[in-house]
Amino acid sequence: MNQKVVNDFSITVGTVNGSGSSTANNTILRAIFKMGIPVSGKNLFPSNIQGLPTWYTIRVSKDGYIGRREVQEIVIAMNANSFTRDQESVAPGGAFFYADDIKQPVTRNDINVYAMPIKQIMRSQTEVPNNLRDLVSNMVYVGVLAQMIGIELDKIHAALSFHFKNKEKPVSLNFNAIKAGADWAKENLTKTDTFALEPMTKTDGMIMADGNTAAAIGSIYGGVQFAAWYPITPATSLAESLNDYLPVLRKRPDGKHTYAVVQAEDELAALGMAVGAGWGGLRAMTSTSGPGLSLMTEFAGLAYYAEVPVVIWDIQRIGPSTGLPTRTSQGDLTFTAFIGHGDSHSVILLPGNVSECFEFGWKALDLAERLQTPIFVLSDLDMGMNQWMSKPFQYPEKPMDRGKVLWEKDLEELKGNWGRYLDKDGDGIPYRTLPGNQHPMSAYFTRGTGHDEHARYSEDSDVWMKMMARLAMKQETAKEYVPAPILDETRGAQVGIIAYGSTESAVQEARVQMAAAGLKSSLMRVRAYPFTKEVEKFIEKYEQIVIVEMNRDGQMYQMLCMDFPEVASKFRSVAYQDGLPASARWIREGALSKVKVGKTATAKKIVKKKPATKKKAAKKTSAKKGAKK
Amino acid sequence: MTTPLPMAGAAPANVNAVGLARKDYVGNPSTLCAGCGHNSISNQIIAACYELSIVPEKMLKFSGIGCSSKSPTYFLNRSFGFNGLHGRMPSVATGALFADVNIEAVGVSGDGDSASIGMGQFKHIVRRNVNMVYIVENNGVYGLTKGQFSATAEMGLELKKHGINQYMPIDICMEAIASNATFVARSFAGDPKQVKELIKAAISHRGTAVLDIISPCVTFNNQENAHHSYTWGKDHEAPLHEFSFVPARDEIIVEDYEPGTQQEVELHDGSIIILKKLGKDYNPTHRWEALKMLEEAQRENLLMTGLIYVEPQKPSFTDGYNLVDTPLNRLSEADLRPGPETMAKVNDLMF
Repeated sequence: MNQKVVNDFSITVGTVNGSGSSTANNTILRAIFKMGIPVSGKNLFPSNIQGLPTWYTIRVSKDGYIGRREVQEIVIAMNANSFTRDQESVAPGGAFFYADDIKQPVTRNDINVYAMPIKQIMRSQTEVPNNLRDLVSNMVYVGVLAQMIGIELDKIHAALSFHFKNKEKPVSLNFNAIKAGADWAKENLTKTDTFALEPMTKTDGMIMADGNTAAAIGSIYGGVQFAAWYPITPATSLAESLNDYLPVLRKRPDGKHTYAVVQAEDELAALGMAVGAGWGGLRAMTSTSGPGLSLMTEFAGLAYYAEVPVVIWDIQRIGPSTGLPTRTSQGDLTFTAFIGHGDSHSVILLPGNVSECFEFGWKALDLAERLQTPIFVLSDLDMGMNQWMSKPFQYPEKPMDRGKVLWEKDLEELKGNWGRYLDKDGDGIPYRTLPGNQHPMSAYFTRGTGHDEHARYSEDSDVWMKMMARLAMKQETAKEYVPAPILDETRGAQVGIIAYGSTESAVQEARVQMAAAGLKSSLMRVRAYPFTKEVEKFIEKYEQIVIVEMNRDGQMYQMLCMDFPEVASKFRSVAYQDGLPASARWIREGALSKVKVGKTATAKKIVKKKPATKKKAAKKTSAKKGAKK
Repeated sequence: MTTPLPMAGAAPANVNAVGLARKDYVGNPSTLCAGCGHNSISNQIIAACYELSIVPEKMLKFSGIGCSSKSPTYFLNRSFGFNGLHGRMPSVATGALFADVNIEAVGVSGDGDSASIGMGQFKHIVRRNVNMVYIVENNGVYGLTKGQFSATAEMGLELKKHGINQYMPIDICMEAIASNATFVARSFAGDPKQVKELIKAAISHRGTAVLDIISPCVTFNNQENAHHSYTWGKDHEAPLHEFSFVPARDEIIVEDYEPGTQQEVELHDGSIIILKKLGKDYNPTHRWEALKMLEEAQRENLLMTGLIYVEPQKPSFTDGYNLVDTPLNRLSEADLRPGPETMAKVNDLMF
C-alpha cells in the first residue's frame, strides 16, 4: 500500500433519484464534520422526482477547502444505470464500492474495488419494516464506508439523532443497518486503498447549515412580517424554512401571529403581494429563482419607481429559460442590476457563504426600508441548498432600521406639511406614511405613472427629470449603506482578483495553486452593488484585475467595465459555467491564461498606502485564510 | 397635498356621524370622458362612504391599469391609494391588507384589467376572500388604447376599427362564483341608487365583494345595440329585487310586509341587506341558483342586476392568519426580532 492519504480526498455516491439516499449521504457528511474535519457536501441532482441518476459528492479537506473538487478518490455505486460512468470516474489508485446486485463487469484494474452485499446484509435487519427497507438499505454503504475509511460510529449516531430529531426508533433502525454494514466490512474486506480519516479540531465552534435556511432565519431576525412565494427550485426551501422557523422564533404567549406567509398563484402575484405589504409598512420579502425573477420584472420596476421597500431573494440556477433547473449559476447579475424597462438600477446584495445568508437576511430588510427600494439578494443553488460548514449565526449588531416613516405625531409636528417624494434631507430618500395613519394629511396616492414630489400625477418633463435624477442620487446614497467588500490582500500581489458569492472557497484554493505557479494575488470579494468606494480603491491598486464568476458572459466584468470604463483595460474576465459548483481548477487555469505572470504588476503606491489592519491581513498566507472561513 | 384638507369640522350641519362633510370624500376632478359610466360610479363610492360615515383614512383604494383604474384619483382624496400594474391590483391589495386589518378597501378594475390580463389574479383574490370591494367597471372595450374588444364584449359586437367580435364573452359574475366568491353583484352605472346601495353592502361584507357594474364607454362602445351601452342597459335591465342596505348601527325599522315578499340577509358586521321581491323568486344564498340565473340571463339577453350571491359568514383571508390585535405595521422591534438569548438555541438547531 502506498502512503496513507489522510483527510484529503473526495467521495462520490451515485444513486437513483428518490431512493432516499440523501439521509445516508448527509449522515456521512455530518459525521465527518463532527470528527472535526473540514468537509463539504454537494448534491448534484437531476430535475426529476424519481428514477434518474443522482450524485452526492463529499470533499474532505484538512486544509479547509470546501469548494468543489473535480477528482473523486472514492466512488460508491448504488445505481446500475450509472455504474459504468461511476466506475470510470474513480481516480487511479482510488476506491470503488458497489452494490453487488449490480451485475456489471468491473473493468478497471488501477483502482481498489469492493463489492458490498447490501441486500444480504439487509436480510439480517429483521426489525426494519418492509416499506422502509429500501430507504434503510442505503445505510449499509454508510457502514461499509465508515469501517473502511474510519468514520467514528458515535459521530454517525449523533448525525442520525440530529436528522431524526432524537426519535429513538428511526435512529436505531438506521444505526443498526450502519453497524451491520460496518461489521460485515470488518469481517470480510481487506483494505487495499490509502484513504483514511483522522479526527481533527478544525470544525470546533462551527455549525453546518444550508444558505436557504440561513436566509430564512436571518430574515426572521430582521423581523420579516410578510413573505409571499411560489414554489421553484432551488428557492423553495427558503420559504419553507420561514414556515418552519417563524412559529418557533416568533412564538407569543397569546398564540397570535406577527407575520404571514402566503403561497401565491405565481411569481407575479408573489412579488405583487410583497410590494403591497412593503407599501403597507410591513417588512416584506419574496424568494425565487431566475424564471420567477423574469415574471417579477414588472413589479420590480414599479417598486423601484414608486419607491416601495421589498426584499427579493434570487437563488440562482442556470438560465436562459427553464435552463438546468437543478444546476447552480451566477447568471442573473446583470438582469437583476437593470431589471425592468426604462432607466433603472438595483441595489443587490451578494452573500458569499451561509453565515452571510443569515446576516443579509436581516440586513436586506433594513436596507429596503432605509432606501425605499427593492433589495435583491443573489444567492445560488450551491449555497442555498447544500450543507456548508459555517461560522455560527451572529445576532444582529444593530437595532432595526425602519427608515423614514412619518406617523400621526410626526405629521402634527410638521403641521401636515410633507410630500411623499420630497427630498428633504438631500440624500435622495424621501419620507413616507403608512396606511392606517389617521392624520388627515397622511394619505398619498402611489402610482407607477409620472408623479411629482407630492405624489400627484404629472406628465411634466421637468418633474419627470427631477424625479429620475433623485432616484439616481438615491443609488449613490445606497453605496454608504450596502456591505463593503471583504479584502484578503497579499504583499507583492501581481494581480487583484474580484469574486463574489459562493465561489470564495474555490477562489482561495485557486490562489494557493496560482501562488505555487508564481502568481501572487489579492482577493476582493464584492458583497454588493452599487460598488462601494472600496471597490474603486482595489481596482486602482492593481494593474491586472481578474474577475471570477459562474456565468458565460462575465456579468460582473461587464458591470465593472460599465462603472469604471477608464480602467476597463485592466479587467480580465474568468467566467465559466457548467452548472456545477465552482472548482479551483477552472479559476486557476482561467486566471493563469489571462494574466501576464512574472513581472510584478503591482502599483508601487499600494504598499505605502496600505493601512495597518490590511498589512496584518496580508501577512496571513492564503492557505491559512482558506482553511477557516 | 399642498393645500391642507379640512380636519373634521365642528359644523353640525351636513356632516355625517364621524363629523365629516361630503366634500371630505371627494377626489380630484375626473379626466375621463364626459358621460363616462365610471364617473357615475366614483360619485356613488363617495356617497356610499359619506353615508356610511367611513373615516377616509380607514379606507384604502386600489386599481390596476386602464380608464377604470384611473378613477381612484377621483374619489376619497384622504384615503391611501395604490394604482398598480395592469391586471395586478389583486396581489398588491392582498399584501397591503395585512398591514392593518382594521382598514377597509375598495378596488376599481375594468374588464380588460380583470377579465384578460388579470384573470388569474382576479380569480385568486376571490378564492382567498380578501376583505375588499372589487368593482369591475365593465364596458366591453379598451378605452385608453382606443376601442379594441375586451373579453366581456358580446359575440357579434361590431366596432369601428375592429370588425365583428367572434368570441363568446366572459361573465365576471360567473367567474367569481366559480371561484367560490362570497359576495357577487351586478349593477348598471345608469342605476346609481342601486349602485350606491350595493357598494355600501359590499363595504360591509367581510371578504371579497365583487361588483360587476356595466359602465358604458360613451366614446367607443355606446351604440344602441351594444350590450354595454346606456340604451341597451336601460332597455334590458331586470333587477332581481329591490335592494336596500341598513348599516349595523342604524335601527332597523321593520316595515309591514307580506310574508314571502322580502328577504333579509345579515352581514358579518350586523348590517342587514333587505331584498324586496320583484316578480320571480330569487334567493341569493344559493350558488347553483345564481349560476342558473346567470345562464338564463345570457340566453335571454337580460341585464339582471342586484345581489346575485352572498355568503356572509365565511372567514376572510386575513382571519385565517390569527394575527395580533395591533396592526402589523405598528409593531415594534420588540415584537419582531427574537431576543439575543435565542441565537445560541438557533445555532444548536443547526448541526
